[in-house]
Amino acid sequence: MRDALLRFRGILFKEFKQLRRDRLTFGMIIGVPLLQILLFGYAIELDVRHLAAGVADQANTQVSRRYLRELEGSQVIDIIRAYPGPAALQQALDRGDINVGVFLPGDFEERRERGQPVGQLLVNGSDPTIEGIARQLSNAPLPGDSQPPSRLVTRTFYNPERRSEVQIVPGLIGVILNLTMVLFTAVAIVRERERGNLELLITTPVKTGELMLGKLVPYILIGLVQVTIILLVGKWLFEVPMRGSLVDLYLASGLFIAATLSLGLLISTLAKTQFQAMQLTVFTFLPAILLSGFMFPFEGMPKIAQWIAEVIPLTHFVRLVRGILLRAASLDSFALELSALTAFTLAMLLATRLRFHKRLD
Amino acid sequence: MTASGKTNGDIAIHVRGLSRWFGNLKAVDDIDLDIQRGRIYGFLGPNGSGKSTTIRLLCGLLEPSEGAVEVLGYTMPGDAEALRRRIGYMTQSFSLYADLSIRENLEFIADVYTLRGDHRRQRIADCLERYELEAIARQRAGTLSGGQRQRLALAAAVLHEPELLLLDEPTSAVDPQNRRDFWDRLFELAEAGTTILVSTHYMDEAERCHRLAILDRGRLVANDAPRSLMNDLPGKVVEVEGDKLRDARQALAQAAGIISTAMLGTRLRVLVAHEVDDPQQHVRKIVGNEMNVESARPSLEDVFVASTTEQQEAEHA
Repeated sequence: MRDALLRFRGILFKEFKQLRRDRLTFGMIIGVPLLQILLFGYAIELDVRHLAAGVADQANTQVSRRYLRELEGSQVIDIIRAYPGPAALQQALDRGDINVGVFLPGDFEERRERGQPVGQLLVNGSDPTIEGIARQLSNAPLPGDSQPPSRLVTRTFYNPERRSEVQIVPGLIGVILNLTMVLFTAVAIVRERERGNLELLITTPVKTGELMLGKLVPYILIGLVQVTIILLVGKWLFEVPMRGSLVDLYLASGLFIAATLSLGLLISTLAKTQFQAMQLTVFTFLPAILLSGFMFPFEGMPKIAQWIAEVIPLTHFVRLVRGILLRAASLDSFALELSALTAFTLAMLLATRLRFHKRLD
Repeated sequence: MTASGKTNGDIAIHVRGLSRWFGNLKAVDDIDLDIQRGRIYGFLGPNGSGKSTTIRLLCGLLEPSEGAVEVLGYTMPGDAEALRRRIGYMTQSFSLYADLSIRENLEFIADVYTLRGDHRRQRIADCLERYELEAIARQRAGTLSGGQRQRLALAAAVLHEPELLLLDEPTSAVDPQNRRDFWDRLFELAEAGTTILVSTHYMDEAERCHRLAILDRGRLVANDAPRSLMNDLPGKVVEVEGDKLRDARQALAQAAGIISTAMLGTRLRVLVAHEVDDPQQHVRKIVGNEMNVESARPSLEDVFVASTTEQQEAEHA
């Protein structure tokens, strides 16, 4: 046992020394989270505004003109051009000149009096966010009408201003950890194999478990550093609330990091070159980012996609981190997520252990 | 430990009927070996002759397809883990960490072999001194010259004072002076009782081994002390020098009483069967008088050519 500890410590220290000297990896540890949080926080604005719009106002009455001005006043659309009719609007949509077209027919006034739909909204549906936002325009009241009576008043909890950063930044912790942790471990071991270090190591008394743990522990610490960076930037720049317990958050992060690292380890036993390791990492990263509920709502996915998503660690971590940070939920209420992450980690470690032999064949 | 007693006394390595397939390729073909303790045992053979594979089979890095291997009393590959403490292995390509310094590499190896306290300090200091690494101990391994790297690799392999040292073409990347120094160090180790198994494709190195095995396409074609191998050649060596060596070689290949020919730089080495009374005269008759023909002292190269040719002829027959 004391021997095992000494060997483990040897590998651990060696790993830290190498990390300190590997400027690129060191840069990625700090750089990737910073870059991603700035990109997602600033560039990915889900409240789309100022969509390019075209109008075809065949009624051209006082009310119809006022109606169009009010639509534009909502800031959702910018009317950039007027077209003669619906066909021209559609062509402009096809060409990509506009994302939204508003067609008001000649019998606009009669339709208004009869309470019928007064016009048509042509929406570029190839982009899901544009479509969703533009649809809201159809609810805009006509000039002179009273507000349509709403039967329900909506109240949004946890994110009353409905700022997308608040939804995105917590999940981003998971996305960044998922990318960097899997990649670092996968590459770290494949690199040793490529450079011939592994052939030397496996002729020494080092045990597989000691080698694996010695490789993992430094990256767990790196992962926690990344969590801290994202939390601090999220708080300072985007005013993301931290309502729950930080201890809970770090515990959940630690478990998620272990899950991603064990996936990286498994990849390292499958890949022969660093390039293959990167490809495999990307291969596992895409479903994670798409299915985890980070970008698209989990509830909107087909059943089979939901089942797949339940296997992905990021799915569980996104629930955990949003719950802890935004709803101040405690870990007790996440028994399912915690056990899913633990089971995933153990399964990956077992698979790695079965695949990794201290032999060359 | 499942020692059957075969390797408890003088014998460090005992191998019977060892074979290893890679798909359809038989890389090691039915090898028998007995290697004595405290000796330098050489594996001589061209690339692809099975030297590295045999060494890897002996230290448990590969599993044999057939055959029995016993090393220092341990049965391979089952007892490989227990054996690791007692062997040192130097890989063909440099396999220490290029981004760590010499001292850091040795410290890491010391941890891995669980050396502790004073003993650990002492061993690292000894190895740094003996292998002339002290002055450059803080330099990173990636910036070392070929000779320095090789000394570091040897220091790392012997840091835990193994009984058996397996060296896979240790001198393939260093200059002649460094090769000579390296071999002096191997003799020091052997004198101190370490058994050394070293593979090489240099004849001069092979000649320095206490005992030599010649490998050719996975088979053991000769196995004896270098001197005995040279004395026991199946013929006498005649050297031919001149302009048209290629023609001479062709003529010799078809003539009777010639076992083998080999080009060695600007000379042609000819092995003439013992039955021929005057080998020099015999060769002169075949190649013509304008060529310079002299009898020569047998070298290991001749042994190598003769034993690999026999092998080929046996296959053709």
